[in-house]
Amino acid sequence: MAYTIKINGAAHTVDVDGDTALLWILRDVLGLTGTKFGCGVGQCGACTVLMDGKPLRSCSMPISALATAEIVTIEGVTGREADAVQKAWIAHDVPQCGYCQSGQVISTIALLKEIRKPTDDDIDLAMNGNICRCGTYVRIRAAIHDAARTLAT
Amino acid sequence: MRGSFLWVALCVGAAGALAMLVLYDREISPAFSQEALRPANSFARITDVRTRSIALFVEAGKVLQHPRCVNCHPSTERPRQTDSRRLHLPLVVRGADGHGAPGMRCTTCHHSDNFDSAGIPGNEHWGLAPQSMAWEGRSLGQICEQLKDPARTGNRDLAAILKHVVTDSLVLWAWSPGRGRNPAPGTNAQFGELLRGWAESGAHCPTP
Repeated sequence: MAYTIKINGAAHTVDVDGDTALLWILRDVLGLTGTKFGCGVGQCGACTVLMDGKPLRSCSMPISALATAEIVTIEGVTGREADAVQKAWIAHDVPQCGYCQSGQVISTIALLKEIRKPTDDDIDLAMNGNICRCGTYVRIRAAIHDAARTLAT
Repeated sequence: MRGSFLWVALCVGAAGALAMLVLYDREISPAFSQEALRPANSFARITDVRTRSIALFVEAGKVLQHPRCVNCHPSTERPRQTDSRRLHLPLVVRGADGHGAPGMRCTTCHHSDNFDSAGIPGNEHWGLAPQSMAWEGRSLGQICEQLKDPARTGNRDLAAILKHVVTDSLVLWAWSPGRGRNPAPGTNAQFGELLRGWAESGAHCPTP
């Protein structure tokens, strides 16, 4: 069946089964491979994208349920929060292997849009669903605080 | 002799592998199993009204205390998962409105319907019951008193509760929980009739 979905500001029509997860539309149909497959069951956060500005595990969302939602992937993030996060991520040299990082960055942008100056507890609650096997959590937390300081200026 | 030893070793190894396979299968895909409910009219033979009322509630309690219901009526800030009622993974909390913390809302993973391909349950109202309606760790008598107290049920009286349990789509979800989850006992209609019979017989509660 054909579905028209809005990804990074552009409409795309794809012909797939209704129970195809958004993750596989992004990666296999549209070639947006910045969004990663980690677990496929909503446990790791590697596939996180923004849906109407809120974080979404794209492995959990069948295309038939997307309707008119606007999806933003790591390839399409823009704005003050994205710039601040990118700067902080580079300054703190956050990634190690990098596999989980698009999900970490997306979740951070969503958190900073909602809470301008998150506490450690805010960060833990918002980010604990994004797993990093390299254990870069300390640098992630420091970079989030750094990005928040940038946004406050 | 050596052949016998090899044969025993092979058998033991095969049995071990089979056990691991069964345990693995049970973990990711438990066998479908549903407890039955006694129909409400089967309690009519109990002549003492108070005893009948309590018996009806105890039967309905098989639903109220089933993991499909209790897991999202936690006494802490954290919901539980599976029939073993382990804490929800990843870590999520009730939040200010019962739908999670900023940046980690229920809708990060749960949508309007079950998504069996990813093993993720869903409903348009997905969220936790308020703290005042926590059932985890409570006795049936305590749950019964909660249900009769509008201060704890969001100002729902018994009539509203009886309507809620047979019309709210998240309550109904307990009987259609998606692949790999055992549904609540009986049917939603049976559950509704049991609670109606309990209310009509005086809404007496078991001893807390």
